[in-house]
Amino acid sequence: MAIFKDRNYLRVNLDKDADESLWMRCKSCGELVFKRRVRENSNICPHCGEYFFLTARERIESLIDEGTFKDISKPIVDADPLGFQDTKPYLQRVAEAQEATGLPSAIIIASAAVAGIPIVLGVMDFRFIGGSMGSVMGEQISYAMEEAIGRRCPFVLISSSGGARIQEGIFSLLQMAKTAAVRACLAEERLPFISIMTYPTTAGVQASIASLGDVIIAEKGAMIGFAGPRVIQNTISEQLPANYQTDSFAYQHGFIDRVANREDLRQELGKILGFFVEAR
Amino acid sequence: MSDEKTLDLLEAKIQELRELNKKDGIDLSNEILRLETKLESLRAEFYANLSDWERVKIARHPKRPYALDYLEAMFTDFYELHGDRLVGDDRALLVGLARLDGQPVAVLAQQKGRSTEENKERLFGMARPQGYRKARRAMALAERFSFPVVSLIDTPGAYPGLEAEAGNIGGAIAENLLAMARLRVPIVAAVIGEGGSGGALAIGVADRVVMLENSIYSVISPEGAAAILWKEKEKTQEAARSLNLTAPRLLELGVIDEVLPEPPGGAHRDFQRMAGLLKQSLVRHLAEIGTLPIADLLAARYRRYRSAGRYRTLSDR
Ligand SMILES: [Zn+2]
Repeated sequence: MAIFKDRNYLRVNLDKDADESLWMRCKSCGELVFKRRVRENSNICPHCGEYFFLTARERIESLIDEGTFKDISKPIVDADPLGFQDTKPYLQRVAEAQEATGLPSAIIIASAAVAGIPIVLGVMDFRFIGGSMGSVMGEQISYAMEEAIGRRCPFVLISSSGGARIQEGIFSLLQMAKTAAVRACLAEERLPFISIMTYPTTAGVQASIASLGDVIIAEKGAMIGFAGPRVIQNTISEQLPANYQTDSFAYQHGFIDRVANREDLRQELGKILGFFVEAR
Repeated sequence: MSDEKTLDLLEAKIQELRELNKKDGIDLSNEILRLETKLESLRAEFYANLSDWERVKIARHPKRPYALDYLEAMFTDFYELHGDRLVGDDRALLVGLARLDGQPVAVLAQQKGRSTEENKERLFGMARPQGYRKARRAMALAERFSFPVVSLIDTPGAYPGLEAEAGNIGGAIAENLLAMARLRVPIVAAVIGEGGSGGALAIGVADRVVMLENSIYSVISPEGAAAILWKEKEKTQEAARSLNLTAPRLLELGVIDEVLPEPPGGAHRDFQRMAGLLKQSLVRHLAEIGTLPIADLLAARYRRYRSAGRYRTLSDR
């Protein structure tokens, strides 16, 4: 069942183009647009400016200096500590996600450079079971921060997650405490942690590592918050404002430092990192 | 197999007979004895075979002892402190100083309301950001004056509401996780009822975590899991089982340190005994970790959380 067996643990290779078709139709304006142009435009529709959803791989491409990417993820994959089965067995769900995304898990850990500054980077992929944080993601994020300490460089985390991985129960909950504990080490080592929240950064991920950045930036269009609108309406039937859990809501209420347009994120990241570290 | 209602009915019946016995002078003692024996065996059978869902119901039982009950029974001189120094006080998460066996400790305690009226104030034990920030203030106070921290967990979860969201409840929880990971005093947490997700963990990062036998601790409520994963309310019991949220199971999984046995039927059936057991446990754990040099304690706490989780390691390439 599992497609990532011993000796063929897949590492992400940015040079390999996985996408064959040349054209795509924009869901927002309906225009047929040339895919390569979209990619070169940070996955923004060249016609109407709509942000297309980014996979972890596309996100990395859009952020880092060319040719600096190296996948340094730990070779680990999801286990099934509770023998969990909802409408399908947990490990089947995982295998399907691996198949669909070509990724071993919901996060890639990389070494890279932004504006010439070496960083350790964690990037979540929402397509992989909602980017949910289970034991693997918690371990990868913890390991990434330890790598950043070992390399004496900043840690950058790009969140895109609905929250904790329900199928791992208490173990998923504990990842919130785990990542927070390792984050404390990074702070003690005086190494910067830049947290970038994208669509969506909610629940268990928002209530742990993503909110603990030295600097927190939201991408325009991000969804940020703890309890989803449905939960709130079911529990207390409260009227919610139109901008509920949007980037502007988070900004107005002081959860984050800045909101950045997607096309500006790379430059913005380089600028912040430059305050902490000299480019090599 | 009988359910809780049958047991309650039978108990009421026995009580009725006892009163009759007293009032009319008719000797019903044989009948009473027979029924009492029957009740006892039915109860023993029922509580020996509790399903996970039945434990969830006991954890949420309206008669279940709450944090203030334990505070009164186990501690002396509970001196409550109020306010987060920013926006207000929270009545679902209480903090204060108290003495446990004579030793001053800082207390964090989630408190549900007993009545509808009280729950208007306590929000069913669901704390808002001001509650979590007040707790962090109490942690800082504990650290400054070397008071061990005792945390009593009993919440369905953090408060899901617009006000709480606008106050960045997620950020408040995250800050507590960070603070507790490094707090330079011993921390013992006890789940006395519901350990509901991040709202529980935000006062639950500890050197020792104990649970009452019929309390629960979970990443999401069974109702929430059923709605999200099965998309059917009817799957709540199945979700309860799948989540592995009972105290005995969590002990087996190695994520908690001790399960405190409850009287048959739950903590409310013999509260004094339950409070006595919990107190003994807290005192023992604090004595064990209280003698460790603080660096060792922090290192052990770090290992505890750094190693949390289960995954498969593959040989690379
Ligand atoms: Zn368009």
